[in-house]
Amino acid sequence: MTVSVAERIRAILAEQAVLDLADVTPESTLESLGIDSLGLVEAIFAIEEAFDISVPFNANAPEDSAFDISSVAAIIRAVEGLIAAQAA
Amino acid sequence: MKRVVITGAGTVNALAQDVPGTLKAFAEGRCGITELDIRDKDRLSIKIGGQVHGWDPEVHFNRQQIVLFDKFTQFTLLAARQAVAQSGLNFDGRLGNEAGVVLGTAGGGVNTWDENYRAVYEEGKNRVHPFVVPKLMNNAAASHVSMEFNLRGPSFSVATACASSNHAMGQAFHMVRSGMSRVMLAGGSESMLCFGGIKAWEGLRVMSKEACRPFSLNRNGMVQGEGAAVFVFEDYDHARKRRAEILAEVVGFAMTSDAADIVMPSRQGAARAIAGALRDARIDASEVGYINAHGTGTTANDKTECAAVADVFGPQADHLMISSTKSMHGHLIGGTGAVELLACIMALRDGIIAPTIGYEEPDPECALDVVPNVAREARVEVAISNAFAFGGLNAVLALRRA
Repeated sequence: MTVSVAERIRAILAEQAVLDLADVTPESTLESLGIDSLGLVEAIFAIEEAFDISVPFNANAPEDSAFDISSVAAIIRAVEGLIAAQAA
Repeated sequence: MKRVVITGAGTVNALAQDVPGTLKAFAEGRCGITELDIRDKDRLSIKIGGQVHGWDPEVHFNRQQIVLFDKFTQFTLLAARQAVAQSGLNFDGRLGNEAGVVLGTAGGGVNTWDENYRAVYEEGKNRVHPFVVPKLMNNAAASHVSMEFNLRGPSFSVATACASSNHAMGQAFHMVRSGMSRVMLAGGSESMLCFGGIKAWEGLRVMSKEACRPFSLNRNGMVQGEGAAVFVFEDYDHARKRRAEILAEVVGFAMTSDAADIVMPSRQGAARAIAGALRDARIDASEVGYINAHGTGTTANDKTECAAVADVFGPQADHLMISSTKSMHGHLIGGTGAVELLACIMALRDGIIAPTIGYEEPDPECALDVVPNVAREARVEVAISNAFAFGGLNAVLALRRA
């Protein structure tokens, strides 16, 4: 059985935050996980590598990037969107 | 303690391949940032830079030299030739024993690394040219300058990322001020605009795909540049005795370390460096008319830098001008402070303040007079030049009108 996109993203964020997988819920925010800007850039790199996608993200203007990072659920949705766009 | 003056300047950068051309571009607010012309650009997501176009090494160097000189050394030598020619100095006699060169570079011969990694990894070659090491080493430029001009005193290179040039010029200043050297060539260079050099920066996600807009609310990152600038720092008495033209006096220098974060800048670290340079120069904050900002165009740097300036200058901050010429020539990384010192010299000597171009929207967190888009005329007595490096290493120089 393949691990879902959501599970893999949660695992990436858990590793970045040095937390147990169970502590990374869909409602978690980067702030609540204690992931700072450099940690986020690292996590995005890990996501790109894991799914072989390119995430549009500029650390200078995260809110302008077409990549919603407001919660774990939002990141999962955004990545699923990028995977779908790539497959299309 | 000796007084230290600048008696020569030279540069190669995206705006021009000499000082007059660069100052003219500063005064016109011209942008040297263009579409990059480099190998494998299609695999880069960042496609702009302050590249030196039309660079033909064969105009300046013979074939044996080109084999030995990485581009960062070539840029340096051309800048050094201009600076020494302007100073009118000759180091073949005893002066050469009392003269040296200290240059900043963050990456050294990055093009040489890039080309030779390609050869062995991508093309599968098992042999590289015998001069790869002497070509790529960080001190190659300083060493070739010492050889070309017969500088036989203390020479070395400094690598403190984006503050390399300011640290280098600070060392040269200290050496002349203390009497350790009579003349020092100082400055820095960088040539990182190659596939690997840009790819590395892309990874950090702080680069702009459109433009470098320091202090503007809609800024979205830095833009890399390349080139060099070299200055002749000379003992004032020595310069006066030979009636040399003095471009400006170097009066203060300070360095601090944030001891905090490898990439995020620190307001306190920057403020301590600025205040330290003023203290070292015995200058009152009210005398400073112009600051050449580090002003990278990243969200973090520009607001932190403005806060640091406000801390040091208090209400006086509203009366000084601060601009970032990176908007025109890009961020020359280890060479940037050297090229930017030219804007300080222009402010002091010519009374022209280089603008911050590409400025579109005021940012309440950068509420200083950033000389938006258009150069200005003003009489300036003291100018300072900021450089704040990754790794939290800060270096600030203070110059006075000659």
